[in-house]
Parts: sequence; structure tokens; C-alpha cells
Amino acid sequence: MPEWNEADLASKRRRAYEAAAGVRDPEIPVLTIADLGILHDVSIGPGGRIDVVILPTYSGCPAMGIIQIEVETALARAGFAHANVRLSHSPPWSTDRMSDEGREKLRACGIAPPSRGAGKRSLFETGEEVACPRCGSPGTERISEFGSTACKALWRCTSCREPFDYFKCI
Amino acid sequence: MRPSADPINPDRRAAWLIRLGDDALMLGHRLSEWSSRAPTLEEDIALSNLALDLIGQTRAFYQHACKLEGGMRDEDGLAFRRSEHEFRNVQLVEQLNGNFADTIVRHVLFSAFAYPFHRALSRSHDPEVAGIAARAGNEMAYHLRHSGEWLIRLGDGTAESHAKAQAALDMLWPYVDELFASDALDREMAESGFGADPAQVRPAFDSAVERVLSEATLERPPAAPGHRGGRDGVHTEHLGHLLAQMQYLQRAHPGASW
Repeated sequence: MPEWNEADLASKRRRAYEAAAGVRDPEIPVLTIADLGILHDVSIGPGGRIDVVILPTYSGCPAMGIIQIEVETALARAGFAHANVRLSHSPPWSTDRMSDEGREKLRACGIAPPSRGAGKRSLFETGEEVACPRCGSPGTERISEFGSTACKALWRCTSCREPFDYFKCI
Repeated sequence: MRPSADPINPDRRAAWLIRLGDDALMLGHRLSEWSSRAPTLEEDIALSNLALDLIGQTRAFYQHACKLEGGMRDEDGLAFRRSEHEFRNVQLVEQLNGNFADTIVRHVLFSAFAYPFHRALSRSHDPEVAGIAARAGNEMAYHLRHSGEWLIRLGDGTAESHAKAQAALDMLWPYVDELFASDALDREMAESGFGADPAQVRPAFDSAVERVLSEATLERPPAAPGHRGGRDGVHTEHLGHLLAQMQYLQRAHPGASW
């Protein structure tokens, strides 16, 4: 009978977490699922099976199914076959779960990161202040609430005149 | 006798969640009919995105309902293999897209209900329901803002856009009361802490709609006897046509999958 000590389990869990955390969002590949705050939990279940919980983002995000498969694949590649990857709505995902590192990566690739405080803004006068991800100017305006993917809106900068994507705050 | 750990029949909870899924499915399907036909490219993308949110909400409610039922059917079974009288959506969401003003008014009315309703439901004692509703609430705030801004432009726009927006409001207003007409199942779910009572969010609906209408210079139609019956499976003639299109593939090739 194999003996598992605490240190072995912790190291196994860490390796599994790192494998899962490296999976990238298929639509915004600069971000990993850890950056996005989608990767909620990695644990070792009965029989040593890896259990992963991921939080779906926007209700209709078509990428969730692919992310689920890619986490399974990444774990299999790291030596964890038959991992159980489960979607959970609890806790609910919001853009507030995105890491600071993730926000910086978004900005660096020309997408303005979401403002903080999802769900706390007033309904009609949102007063969103979005800085241009290219020149940093706060002088920006919204072109459309909807953009190239379900999670983005289209804005433009009134200083450098460049249009840019804004990651919607949900 | 000690109260059981699970005092409500799981099937009743499932039936209630299926109502919410049915509302979102029909409205999502209607909006998807605009794809490639909206007045501008941006709005085409917007309506398709709104549709996507609603279909996503539908799937989450259906999946959880199926789990509560014990797995006797799945989300596709609910969407594609039920007939008209088995759907429990309110009649508002099955109404035709009509012209752009009709679609926008329908969406303002539904999202002004759904936004506070999902907020209330996010306090459900079922963590999965609470989570689905919390996110749906955030999404419906976005829907209300988008459709509300359009209604203000249409109402306070040209004489023609104003007339069409007012006509849409007059036509769809009789479907509003049904959104808030709670029945025994609604009350049972709300009292148990699993659900939320739609009647309770009427004041929030009234204040959001009032605000949009006054800025849009549109008149709120007088209260009048409204249409009812969607929650009991009674629908307008439009639902059957919608289902004929939506369910065609699964009816012609039962069990077909990607």
C-alpha cells in the first residue's frame, strides 16, 4: 500500500495546480485561466484523483467547453490522467476576480482591463473611467457596448485617436 | 416530527427553475433571429451578444433543474423535445421581433424585471442558484442599460421613431403584469429561501421603466387587464412557430449531436 505523506500530497497538488493554471483563454491567449480568476480550486480527491473546479465567466461564453477540455489535457500531459474538471457557478465569477498581473497583461496587448467594483455601479450613469491602453490618456469614449467577443466592448481614445477593446466589467 | 433536511420536493424546485430557463430561452432565440439583420453592424453584434447571455443563462438553469430531477432528462430534452403547452415562459418573451422599436421595448420591459429579480434570487440558499442568479443579474443590468439607451434615442428622436416606440409600448404593455403575477409555486419557493417572489420586484421595475420613459418622452400606457397564462402553458400563437424553427433539427433527427 503506497504511503502518502503530507509533503508528497502538497507537492502533487502544486504540480497539478501549475499544470492547470498554465491553460490559456482561447479567445484572449495572453491570459491564463489563473489570471482570469476562472481556476477556483485544485484538490486531490479519493484515490489520488485530481479534482479541479473552474468558474464559468459570461453566461454564454463559448470558450468554457474548450477550457474544460484543455485543463483535462494539460493535467494528462503532466501525468494526471482522468482528472475531474467541474464547472461551478458558486462562487459566481466576476471581473473582480481577475488578477493584477492579468490586468497588466491585457493592457500590454492593447485591451483596457475591466474597472473594479462589478455589480456596484449605478444602473444608468455608470461613470466608467477607462484609460487608453496605448497612450494612457483618460480621455476616452465608448463606441459600442459590444465588441469582438462576448466579454469586450469597443471604445476609442480622443487623444491618440486609436480605437481599442475594453474588457467589460461584469 | 423532525422536519426533513429537504422539505421541498426537488421536482417542484426544478419546475420553478425551468420557468426561468424558458423565459431566457425564448427571448434569447428571438434576439438570435436578428443576427445579420440588425440596423447597424454594432447593433447586430450587440443583439447576438444579448442572445448569447440569455442562452447561457438558460443552460445554467436547465442543467441545475435536470440535476434536481435526478437526471431523467437533459438540457437538450427540455429545449428541443417539449411541446408548446409544456413551456412555462411568460408570454412577453415569445412576442415577435416586429420592428426595431418593438424588439427594444420588449427588451427594456423584460430586463427591467429580470435585473432586480436575479438580484433578489442571488440570495437563494442554494449556492448554485445564487451563483447563476448573481451573474445573470450583472448581465441583465447591462441589457437594461443598452436597451434603455436605445429606447431614449428612439422616443426622443424623430417623429417617426417616437411614434413607433410609443406604438410598441402600447402593444407590449398588456404583457407586463404577467411578469409579476406570482402563483403558489413562486410563493412556495420564495418562502423556503430557494427562490424569489417576482411580485416583490415590481417597485424596482416601475422606477427603472419610469426613468427611461420620462427621458424618452414616452407615455406609460394606462393599466388595463393583461394577458396571462404562460406559467400554465397557455401561449400566444407565436410560440408554436418559434418552436417549429428552433426544434426542427431535433424533431427530424432525434438525438442528433455535434
